Amino acid sequence: MAHDAAHDHGHDHHDHGPGPWTRIFTTTNHKDIGSMYLWFAFFMFFVGGAMALVLRAELFVPGLQVVQPEIFNSLTTVHALVMIFGAVMPAFVGFANWLIPMQIGAADMAFPRMNNWSFWIMIPAALLLFGSFLVPGGAAASGWTLYPPLVTQGGIGTDMTIFAIHLLGASSIMGSINIITTILNLRAPGMTLMRMPLFCWTWLITAYLLIATMPVLAGAVTMLLTDRHFGTSFFNAAGGGDPTMFMHIFWFFGHPEVYILILPAFGIVSQIIPAFARKPLFGYASMVYATASIAILSFIVWGHHMFTVGMPAAGNLFFMFATMLIAVPTGVKIFNWIATMWRGSLTFETPMLFCIGFLCMFTLGGFSGLVLSIAAVDITLHNTYYVVAHFHYVLFPGAIWGLTAAVYFWLPKFTGKMYDETLGKWHFWISAIAFNITFFPQHFLGLAGMPRRIPDYALQFTEWNTISTVGAFLLGFSQLIFLWNVVKTIRSGEKAKDKQWEGADSVEWTHLPSPVPYHTFETVPNLKLAAPAH
Amino acid sequence: MKNKTLIERVFLAFTALCMALPALASYDVNIPPPATPISAQIYGLHMYILWICVVIFVIVFGAMFYSIFKFRKSQGAKADVNFHESTLIEIIWTVIPFIILIAIAIPAARTVLDMKDASHPDVTIKVTAFQWGWRYDYSADDVGFYSYMKTPWSQIGQPGIEATEKKNPDYLLEVDNEMVVPVNKRVRLLVTSVDVIHGWYVPQLGINQYGIPGFIKDAWFKADKTGVFKGQCSQICGKLHGYMPITVRVVSEADYAKWLADAKTKWSTKAAPAAAAVPAEDASKQYSLDELKAMGEKVYAANCAACHQPNGKGTPPAFPPLAGSKIVTGEAAKQIDIVLNGKAGTAMQPFARLSNTDLAAVITYTKNAFGNATGKAVQPADIKAARR
Ligand code: HEC
Ligand code: HEM
Ligand SMILES: [Cu+2]
Ligand SMILES: [Cu+2]
Repeated sequence: MAHDAAHDHGHDHHDHGPGPWTRIFTTTNHKDIGSMYLWFAFFMFFVGGAMALVLRAELFVPGLQVVQPEIFNSLTTVHALVMIFGAVMPAFVGFANWLIPMQIGAADMAFPRMNNWSFWIMIPAALLLFGSFLVPGGAAASGWTLYPPLVTQGGIGTDMTIFAIHLLGASSIMGSINIITTILNLRAPGMTLMRMPLFCWTWLITAYLLIATMPVLAGAVTMLLTDRHFGTSFFNAAGGGDPTMFMHIFWFFGHPEVYILILPAFGIVSQIIPAFARKPLFGYASMVYATASIAILSFIVWGHHMFTVGMPAAGNLFFMFATMLIAVPTGVKIFNWIATMWRGSLTFETPMLFCIGFLCMFTLGGFSGLVLSIAAVDITLHNTYYVVAHFHYVLFPGAIWGLTAAVYFWLPKFTGKMYDETLGKWHFWISAIAFNITFFPQHFLGLAGMPRRIPDYALQFTEWNTISTVGAFLLGFSQLIFLWNVVKTIRSGEKAKDKQWEGADSVEWTHLPSPVPYHTFETVPNLKLAAPAH
Repeated sequence: MKNKTLIERVFLAFTALCMALPALASYDVNIPPPATPISAQIYGLHMYILWICVVIFVIVFGAMFYSIFKFRKSQGAKADVNFHESTLIEIIWTVIPFIILIAIAIPAARTVLDMKDASHPDVTIKVTAFQWGWRYDYSADDVGFYSYMKTPWSQIGQPGIEATEKKNPDYLLEVDNEMVVPVNKRVRLLVTSVDVIHGWYVPQLGINQYGIPGFIKDAWFKADKTGVFKGQCSQICGKLHGYMPITVRVVSEADYAKWLADAKTKWSTKAAPAAAAVPAEDASKQYSLDELKAMGEKVYAANCAACHQPNGKGTPPAFPPLAGSKIVTGEAAKQIDIVLNGKAGTAMQPFARLSNTDLAAVITYTKNAFGNATGKAVQPADIKAARR
């Protein structure tokens, strides 16, 4: 698509190529595609959030008031799938598209056409997911874990979900191939691997995790499909299969998946904290090694989701020890971030606030993870609200706040305009308070024995649930401030500086104006001297 | 106040709740009191790890907030750009957590081994989960019975239809038939399922065990005090996953013997199981159509409405409507067969456990309700004849 653009200097993006609609469909520019990914993710985030608020409204008081149990189960299932595959993962890919070529001094992604394709393939997937609510039998209602035989009872909505997962998986795999190739082949002279910004590093490792696990998920859901329609019995005991087998395959994908959802956020935080501490990231090399060891360990811990299946003691012990081990590199990362702040010269603009929020809350999520990793304790907590609290502590302040920090940090670079700092601070403080009101009490509910994925509950769980629902609506409201701030920045933000952040040292800040021109580098930059020293 | 808007309703509920808070508030924050040696170990382990986490929390958050307050640019802090690497520090904060983990792993492993040792049981109970209830078989004593939630839908309500009855204190946690076990005896559970995966979860007994169709998994407990212990299905299992509670009553050995003797008369599985399981009745009695319909309505509400809905419309395609169904409006034999024997591979389970009278009543009721006006009655004798 970028016909003769390379010879045509000094243009902006309106004076060449097709009109805006054709451009949306045919663009191969990494920034266009990055923006499309980010808007798609933003939209899905709000849709997924609205679903969650319906769930919380139902759980406001005991009894059924808002939705039928079957719809409740569908909303739970689709909320999770939308947030994971529709919001967090595409948002990370959006930032990868924008940032990786700039940070390593490449003109674009390695496979621009595939890049376009990997975005557009997500649209039918989203339509299938949402459309499944309208077909007879409704959307998949088995929880995002899709365990058979329950999933076999679903209607055509379940098949639509399976196809949506196929498409989203294909999109992720294409995105990952693109990212790996770009990073390994298109680095400008001087940008050695061990000088790359941490965001590139964590994405490189994430992309390998994706390539390793997405086909596993695709295989698992395909086996569900053939079990449902073509008479196979992979997971049907009556035909010689085993439902437990599905859990093993699913979590072999599922646990690396949870790291796919957090590693790019680790990268983001590892770049933003040094920028506002005005000193280099502490222990750059150990951060890279810690990320790699987390990724490798993540392949041998899946059984911690299955302590209640009835594995032999040796199985439970193995998965317990391996899971506990993951806490070590995770801890190393947290210590390194704090050491980066130590003896720094700190300021607290909105991106930094979200990173500090990330640090505090993610640490709590790590603690609950450690508690859950103890197989014996997990027996009493598995499938309760404690698990819900745990993964929201690692995913909301982890993945979502990491992304939010990235939006505030890089929006001035992307748009050339500065966001409203006051609104940003409101967004942070209301989110931080509301998040804890929503999810902290869920630890108590889980400890007291409230199962997850239920639309109604016994009376002793009432108080904490009511508080949690109030927090959830406040949290939802605070995200509207975010949307407003982003729109306001794009429409009427003040002009941003080329190097908006004093302490930012990666190439997009040091070598490129704000906003970045449509074609980032017309010639290959020489980063031999200028690449940030670590 | 019939036509309240949703907002008004939410507001009223909220106000009522705020007023009720001081009276019946239950802000439980921890695992409920353990009732077995294993759950006591779990409780202890959790507290032990929690305190370790609290200590680490104080150190980590202390260091973080110290930096936040001490190293602010606005306080004139200058960045020490050379402080960004130290192999020694990295080794220290890798090794210390590792040692802490070993200190956690050792007692944790001991509990895992204990909880997996289900040998030498005094009582063995087979737990069979289904959508949506439990069956408990005391096989050695030839006793077996079903256990369903007892909370009526009139306490639960429906979207748009308020609950007409006040909720009981143990709302959603009450069952018709409790599992009863003797105190201080090793009870071994063999957990399985007939349809989808369920989870037999009673926190105070330290058990959370999936029931997996086609497989039997075991778990065990030895309650060291008498009492009633409640739990719920822990693994999502469809529409009524939230409505399959568990109650275990732990009693003295004498009371257990009494209960067992009584259970043997009520729920014996001896002899030809199907026949023996049917409650005593006079199967030759003839009822009028109206009598059958009246009885059938109750049986339907208790056994069928959960899936086929109170209005008989079902929730297709999972649960077909009985209103206008060819099988229901057609000849009796087909319908008797499907209700009596269920349909393999679907959620439509065999209802052979109901009495001939109840079955005749519910079948007659469905043939003459929801707009099915067949005017036909099915008598208990027809059911008896159809039993295999
Ligand atoms: C656990 C859910 C469940 C319960 C409870 C249940 N059914 Fe069903 N029922 C089903 C399902 C699912 C089918 C469809 C089976 C199939 O696929 O053919 C069905 C089918 C039927 C049919 C055949 C309808 C047709 O047109 O195919 C009849 C009649 C019936 N049930 C009667 C009853 C009666 C009477 C009761 C109460 C005693 C009852 N069911 C309780 C789930 C249930
Ligand atoms: C210290 C690191 C961590 C440990 C030790 C840990 C441990 C665990 C364990 C044992 C469970 C299973 C609980 C159960 O179902 O009984 C679990 C669930 C989960 N964890 Fe973590 N975890 C850690 C970090 C993370 C991170 C970083 C993420 C994602 C960003 C994450 C996301 C999840 C999710 C989504 C689930 C629930 C899955 C489901 O059942 O749907 N965890 N974790
Ligand atoms: Cu995991
Ligand atoms: Cu269940």
